[in-house]
Amino acid sequence: MADALKIGGRDLTSRLFLGTGKFSANRLIPEVVKASGAQVVTVALRRVDTDYQEENIAAYVPAGCILMPNTSGARTAEEAVRIARLARAAGCGDWVKIEVIRDNRYLLPDNYETIKATEILAAEGFVVLPYMSPDLSVAKRLAEAGAAAVMPLGSPIGSNRGLRTRELIRILIEEIPLPIIVDAGIGRPSEAAEAMEMGAAAVLVNTAIATAGDPVAMGRAFGLAVEAGRAAYLAGMPGTVDYARASSPLTGFLRD
Amino acid sequence: MKIIINGKEEAVAENATLEEIVASRGLNPGGIIVELNYALVKRESWPDTILRENDRVEILRFVGGG
Amino acid sequence: MIKGTGNVSFYEERLKYAGFDFEGFFRRVTDADIERALARDRLAPQDYLALLSPRAEGFLEEMAQRAHRLTVQHFGRVILLYTPMYLSDHCVNQCLYCGFRAQNRLERKKLTPAQVEEEARVIAATGLKHVLILTGESRRESPVSYIRECVEVLRKHFTSISIEIYPLELEEYRELISAGVDGLTIYQEVYDEEVYAALHPAGPKRNYRFRLEAPERACRAGIRTVNVGALLGLHHWRSEAFFTGLHAGYLQDKFPEVEVSMSPPRMRPQMGGFQPRVKVGDRNLVQYMLAFRLFMPRAGITISTRERAELRDHLVRLGATRMSAGSCTAVGGRLEHWSAGQFEISDERSVAEMARMIYSQGYQPVFKDWHTV
Ligand code: SF4
Repeated sequence: MADALKIGGRDLTSRLFLGTGKFSANRLIPEVVKASGAQVVTVALRRVDTDYQEENIAAYVPAGCILMPNTSGARTAEEAVRIARLARAAGCGDWVKIEVIRDNRYLLPDNYETIKATEILAAEGFVVLPYMSPDLSVAKRLAEAGAAAVMPLGSPIGSNRGLRTRELIRILIEEIPLPIIVDAGIGRPSEAAEAMEMGAAAVLVNTAIATAGDPVAMGRAFGLAVEAGRAAYLAGMPGTVDYARASSPLTGFLRD
Repeated sequence: MKIIINGKEEAVAENATLEEIVASRGLNPGGIIVELNYALVKRESWPDTILRENDRVEILRFVGGG
Repeated sequence: MIKGTGNVSFYEERLKYAGFDFEGFFRRVTDADIERALARDRLAPQDYLALLSPRAEGFLEEMAQRAHRLTVQHFGRVILLYTPMYLSDHCVNQCLYCGFRAQNRLERKKLTPAQVEEEARVIAATGLKHVLILTGESRRESPVSYIRECVEVLRKHFTSISIEIYPLELEEYRELISAGVDGLTIYQEVYDEEVYAALHPAGPKRNYRFRLEAPERACRAGIRTVNVGALLGLHHWRSEAFFTGLHAGYLQDKFPEVEVSMSPPRMRPQMGGFQPRVKVGDRNLVQYMLAFRLFMPRAGITISTRERAELRDHLVRLGATRMSAGSCTAVGGRLEHWSAGQFEISDERSVAEMARMIYSQGYQPVFKDWHTV
């Protein structure tokens, strides 16, 4: 398959991962999946609120999509591990997005606990995609711990502030041999395209689609932006030439 | 006897089963996951799972998330 | 480490290129490939190889401008000076290209710790603080215990001691590091495994893999700097340069705490008259250095006194970061002229003259770039 994204033994043709939180109605989800082309869809696991009936979100995810439960709500590695095991036992497959957050103000992930959880779950055969604050040594440790991809945040969850961590993500793309998937913060299709142009392997988008005026149309817009950014990356960005022709050549002395 | 359901203490009948607990709350068994004392209990085993004093039951479901 | 690429050695890494058609690749390289490689922030191995192609010779000045800028950005305008000290020329190997090889008849020498001290004083008087000690391979004449003894003497005079000796086991590297060694130089000589076998007909050095993985062992043992290289003239220089770059890149990725550098030593005439099999001209050497600099912007490049003074002067601005000075390739050569060297040196200037030359180019010669606390 040309330019497939290979993760956990799967070949993905779409590089847009879709989050399912905050939609005004769950029935929009299959339509958004279709319009955006997303093949990986995230869900969360929560305690049931016995006071009012909710629907089972998994029923809205079209067959053929990879269901990726996240471990949101976990504050420690142990809790994340527990959620991941439960989700798998409940029939969710092997994929898991690790998300360990102890900070309720900015919702920034706890990289240390994330590494611990990654190590445990990778050893149990999970396809582990850890959500993290972009940091080179943490990403290296995640790779060593067996992560299948690394998911740095572009800016805090749900903030729609775009690629504030651009430089750090660029370093991860350069240095880490795993797919780098920008998760959180992407507010517009142009930002998704930018991440892809930089060489990100994929982006995960939720809030920007779920809270758009027309989520289905926005899903399509993101799908196109991700494709465009990827195509530009593959085409080889021309780059800016940042040196002027020197007046005194450095190699003029060579005669042989 | 009392058990803990989703973190809240609740009074239930002696020898109640998981099946009965789920049913009494009007939950659709298809969309939920039940954990007893931090171990998953498969749907088939709910009718045979008898609860004891101070058991911790977690009833979970998949919801939207990013 | 649980899985991933964590435990793959460079030997295994290199096998990915087994049978790679370098000639075919070079024939297909276009100007656009080279321009794109030049514009990249981070070069992929194939970009590096494109810059090593014959076609890239037309882009040497562009490469030089960029390499110069990157070097200044990462290292500043400084050249670290060091000097080699030969401890022993006893050797059990038969490297066809070396004047010290076992079968060459020469009166073998080995410095006693007292002579090491004496020579150290001579070097220290020039102001140098970095010394590179060398021996041939002889576990009988120059065992690790002997090297440690010499290091203990040298510690009193130098802030940095590097070794260029036969490959060691992990534990032995640990031992020397705790004695005060902070740098390892070990050239693979030739990365092509078949050519390697032909050039090393006998002796422990026949073990290609043990030598290739020596830098990894030293890194794991906690060394501070490693310097790798291929001896230019033994085999096609473009592919050898490519593998040297991959090796340096591998080490830098895997051991981010270690300072990695490369040397591009060209063969010099030596006793026994082995003629280089491949000619590597100045233009080739420069292309190699520049391509390497663009591929590995933060790695050091070491230039020895094998090169002519006039050429070395130019290399200061073409990516070099370390140069030897006041060199002598004979055991005890600084004490009195009593033995033949491993090869002839080309730049016989004194340390003071080298320092003056570096200043005159607007650079600063550095005698000491760190000191353990
Ligand atoms: S190159 Fe080194 S190992 Fe080979 S013969 Fe010379 S001194 Fe000995």
